[in-house]
Amino acid sequence: MTTTAQAGAALPVAAEAQLDAFGTDPWWITLIKALVIFVFLMVCVLMMIMADRKVMGRMQQRHGPNRLGPLGLLQSLADGVKLSLKEDLIPRGVDRTVYIAAPVIAAVPAFIAFSVIPIGPEVTMFGVQTPLQLTDLPIAALVVLATAAVGVYGIVLGGWASQSPYALLGGLRASAQVISYEIAMGLSFVAVFMYSGTLTTSGIVEAQRPVWFALILLPSFLIYIVTMIGETNRLPFDLAEGEGELVGGFMTEYGSMKFTMFFLAEYVNMVTVAAVSVTFFLGGYLAPPPLTMFWAGANDGWWPALWWLLKFLLMMFLFIWVRGSVPRIRYDQLMQLGWKVLIPVQLVWITAVAFVRILVNEGAPTGVVAAVVAGFAAATVAFLVAWARAARRRRRAEAAERREELRLMREDPAYGGFPVPPPSAPHYGSSVPAEGPRYAPRAPDDKREEVTGA
Amino acid sequence: MLDWLNPVKGFGVTFHTMFTKVPTTNYPEVKRATAPRFHGRHQLNRWADGLEKCIGCELCAWACPADAIYVEGGDNTEEERYSPGERYGRVYQINYLRCILCGLCVEACPTRALTMTNEYEIADDERESLIWTKEQLLAPLLEDMEAPPHPMRLGETEEEYYRSGATPAEAAVAPRPEGEANT
Repeated sequence: MTTTAQAGAALPVAAEAQLDAFGTDPWWITLIKALVIFVFLMVCVLMMIMADRKVMGRMQQRHGPNRLGPLGLLQSLADGVKLSLKEDLIPRGVDRTVYIAAPVIAAVPAFIAFSVIPIGPEVTMFGVQTPLQLTDLPIAALVVLATAAVGVYGIVLGGWASQSPYALLGGLRASAQVISYEIAMGLSFVAVFMYSGTLTTSGIVEAQRPVWFALILLPSFLIYIVTMIGETNRLPFDLAEGEGELVGGFMTEYGSMKFTMFFLAEYVNMVTVAAVSVTFFLGGYLAPPPLTMFWAGANDGWWPALWWLLKFLLMMFLFIWVRGSVPRIRYDQLMQLGWKVLIPVQLVWITAVAFVRILVNEGAPTGVVAAVVAGFAAATVAFLVAWARAARRRRRAEAAERREELRLMREDPAYGGFPVPPPSAPHYGSSVPAEGPRYAPRAPDDKREEVTGA
Repeated sequence: MLDWLNPVKGFGVTFHTMFTKVPTTNYPEVKRATAPRFHGRHQLNRWADGLEKCIGCELCAWACPADAIYVEGGDNTEEERYSPGERYGRVYQINYLRCILCGLCVEACPTRALTMTNEYEIADDERESLIWTKEQLLAPLLEDMEAPPHPMRLGETEEEYYRSGATPAEAAVAPRPEGEANT
């Protein structure tokens, strides 16, 4: 914690002072903001489902849905109406209370997290000076993490209450996956907090004025992208749903409005984590750096909202792009990636960042800082090389093992215990005489061949 | 050497594909012509004077693997003649709920009365209307055709009629000498 405090002290961040701007709005401004956020999220979900299908279609060289409305833009609206009008079935034997509450639990936190996302600096709205953000807290960043974690309860409870093995397995998978990726996600924020020295989202954005955290904290950013896809159960990490083996995972037994709620929660979650990545790593509402050089007013007035929206759309596109490009991974690979790669890498990275921050803040000579950075870089490269060599050696050993097995099987069809009728046996129930052996028989050993009745 | 870049290359492939031409035909708005020998719905053909080619032999019905064709033959009389020979198809139905458009009926037809068109839009939302009757299946009357029943116009006898070729004019130009018919 001392590191964080020192880092914060060293940076010209008026984090605590900035919170004065919040909590002073008239109630109707707050209402407008909340309403706008809600409508924005709902429209975003509709558009995102649409964009998902359209862009995926283009990536697979086909048109997406194009029947309803201009360019098929009303398709997801029609789907929503259809879903809501379907018969609301509650299977016999489910835990009714939990079964009904689960979709709500999944959907509501997703909306809450968005309330601390800064969309712009202070603007004048209907004659009132107010920041373009519903609210901010001294621990806003933790609120984001907490709501993400609570949302998973909906999935787990939905899977449990359904009284169906598929749903239960889906729920279990979801919980295991989210727990493992939540850790890596939280760790990826640590470096951000070290640099910003604050947990308020608006303060984090302001701390990125000189340079975005995505650039100076690139490993954190990359790991965050992986974990945010894992958190939202999107391809290639959508094992909780697992259509291939679990029918529909935790939502197997859900239909109609409740299914819609899960669907909504998934997409609102996507919107939220994308907004978080924009806030924490991509400079929030700040204009892209080259733009500010020749346009001084890029960060004034309502313009920042536009920059925020563009960055946000970019992140949403990334979601679709990943879904269109990467195949679903296996469950053990998912766990391996989470625990054996993301978390250790993140820990080493945080240590390195902390070291360098301390050295810089305490005014260590440039040579020492450079030496520490070089040391960490060398260690990383050495580790990567060693890892690559180990992987190559393992692959070679596996290939040799497989070759040996194949050779043994070729020599003796019964190798490995698979029951193969002896080649000398006559064809059952026929008068066709037995064929001669097609391969050299094994050297006879003492053991008598045991023939089991069949 | 750069094998480890392959997963990243995949992203490039999907991104590039977004800007390639989509080969989909926007079917209801854009209709692509079928192949010339496409197996579409059937048609019952006519001779040049408008008489039906179908002789009600039921070979198509027997050939049909899906049992989609129903035929009832009838006798032609001098007063009421529908086809040049003795018999004609009085009832002819094809059930397009059963038909698999395999074309075996066309192969079986001895008079080339039954052929297939390139028309494929035969979907309907009613079972009854998918059983096509003779009136729907018969080829439309062309200019110098006359709706049956009417006497044979392409020759006096059946043999003359059948040998007359496509048009009555051709038959007049090259009348076949007698006695050659039996060879």
